[in-house]
Amino acid sequence: MTGTVYPALLIIGPLLAAILCSGFSWVEKRACYPVAAAGLLLAAYSAFRVLMEVLASGTIQYRMAGWPPPIGIELRIDLMNALVLMVVACIALVNLFASHRFVSRDLADREGTFYAVYLMFVTGILGVSATGDLFNLYVLLEITSLASYALIAMGDPDRSPLASLNYVFIGVIGASFYLLGVGYIYIMTGSLNMVDVASLLPAIHDSSAILIAFIFCMIGVWIKMALFPLHVWLPNAYTYAPLPVSRVIAPLMTKVMVYVMIRLMLTVFGLDYIFEKLDIAQAVVWLATAAILAGGVMALAQKDIKKMATYIIVSEIGYMVGGAWLGNKTGMTGSILHILNDAVMTFALFLAAGNIAFRLKNVHFSSLEGIFTKMPWTMTGFVLAGFSIIGVPPTCGFFSKWYLVIGGIEAGAYHFVAALIISSLICAVLFFRIFEIGFFSDDSHGHGHGHSAGPEMAEAPISMLIPLGITSLFLIGLGLYSGVIVNRIIHPFLG
Amino acid sequence: MSDIIPLIVAKYNYWLYIILMMIGLYAMIAKNNLVKKLVGMNIFQTAIILFYVSIGYKTDATIPIIKNAHGGGHGHAAQTIHAADYINPLPHVLMLTAIVVSVATLGVALALAVKVYQRYQTLEEDEIRMRLTENKS
Repeated sequence: MTGTVYPALLIIGPLLAAILCSGFSWVEKRACYPVAAAGLLLAAYSAFRVLMEVLASGTIQYRMAGWPPPIGIELRIDLMNALVLMVVACIALVNLFASHRFVSRDLADREGTFYAVYLMFVTGILGVSATGDLFNLYVLLEITSLASYALIAMGDPDRSPLASLNYVFIGVIGASFYLLGVGYIYIMTGSLNMVDVASLLPAIHDSSAILIAFIFCMIGVWIKMALFPLHVWLPNAYTYAPLPVSRVIAPLMTKVMVYVMIRLMLTVFGLDYIFEKLDIAQAVVWLATAAILAGGVMALAQKDIKKMATYIIVSEIGYMVGGAWLGNKTGMTGSILHILNDAVMTFALFLAAGNIAFRLKNVHFSSLEGIFTKMPWTMTGFVLAGFSIIGVPPTCGFFSKWYLVIGGIEAGAYHFVAALIISSLICAVLFFRIFEIGFFSDDSHGHGHGHSAGPEMAEAPISMLIPLGITSLFLIGLGLYSGVIVNRIIHPFLG
Repeated sequence: MSDIIPLIVAKYNYWLYIILMMIGLYAMIAKNNLVKKLVGMNIFQTAIILFYVSIGYKTDATIPIIKNAHGGGHGHAAQTIHAADYINPLPHVLMLTAIVVSVATLGVALALAVKVYQRYQTLEEDEIRMRLTENKS
């Protein structure tokens, strides 16, 4: 418990790098990228050490500034958030390497600012995943959100500021609801530490204030994660953001919010309270079912890879929320495993889309004709990401979906199971449509869209292919080792 | 009906924060001008800040600074301290952070509004939407 400094380094590393970057952006712009890389390498190494330590000796409780928990802020890292931290740190690092070329080409005048805000985003999101304090979580969540508003607004000059502003409005409502919920918890328990609150709550389970607190917290978190009826901000914000940004925000922000929901459910309020005192689990599973189907159907209507991917995210959020609310261990296992898998596969999908956009300037379906012959490696990664989202067996998407389906059958939630299977079919249609355009339509027979003498299609630079290659290998690796992850990390965590 | 009035009066701080919050929410939903929406957003956040500040309050209590705590002057060792005599400072301290967050959010949002204005020469949402549909066709 004592001695380890890695939980603190995990957050302080990127924070210091962010401050240095914003300084260097005035003095020496070229220094920003190495500083950012150093900060994120430190974070990834710390995340790795933390994971090893948690696996070896159980939960780490790091007291910030040495104050003991109910008074001071505690970083509490158990098996679940060690896993989430590892994924977040790795994706942030890999994306930084993949984005360097893109940033120095498209955002050259704002390079330093970009890296500084990017690092703030990573700081916030690592903090959200590591903290054991309810109010601290709110603050870090707002740091993350503020950084993402700024990052999104760096995109398409026509649409991104407006999309980002709409995201601000919705994001503020979400965070404020969460803050209100924390306020009610504080009134009732006088504590903000998650574990401390959890030990005080059972005595006052019947209080209506706790019910209100729970509802406020959940709605706040659902808005932030874009659960179906509350998802309207997401597609535009993620589509018009610059690609280096959307491919880190899209996999991480929503997934970490799902993690926060599961953390609130498991650690703070407790499953006894949610599934025995309250009678809303059924309704939430129905909501998740609606999210899965609505996300899939809306994705079908899109003509642009990026926008399609954002609706796939809306659908995937339904998987995870539904799995967590099924009320059995299998569903929860599937949900936690899917946080990991979905982060990696959404990241792979966006990396591939990023490589295409780097060459073509857009990712509209009509410009993808003949892309398989021109960008074979990028499209290999794209196909793997697509297979994983569909849930084809050797890739990781299959295994988490498998747990979710089994969990749904155990809980008797057949509508949820049906939605999962229909969603797989919809994703198959979505991806095979792109494969068809890319593989079979031939560029040489004059194509429909006004022959704009498009930029030559060539394979993306090697610095962007390597991250995609690594991520694609992880898609298969995580699939093959999902048994190990479940047995060593998720099952011991769920107890 | 006669029961509800004492209930409102006794817990007026909660009613006030809910009213303020609803005003803010209404402005965010119904107003057409982006800056009015921002003002609504700020009212919404302020309502929550006031809610937190009000829960730290106690009747007939003072600020939590203990006089002569370090044995100053009087030789009056260890006078007893009642928690009821002092307001709870923690919610207020939390709100310092929340105020910083809300100021930062407002700053970012205003900067975004400036960018929107530079692009479309208007802050009215319906006009912006009209421009967007014109661009598409």
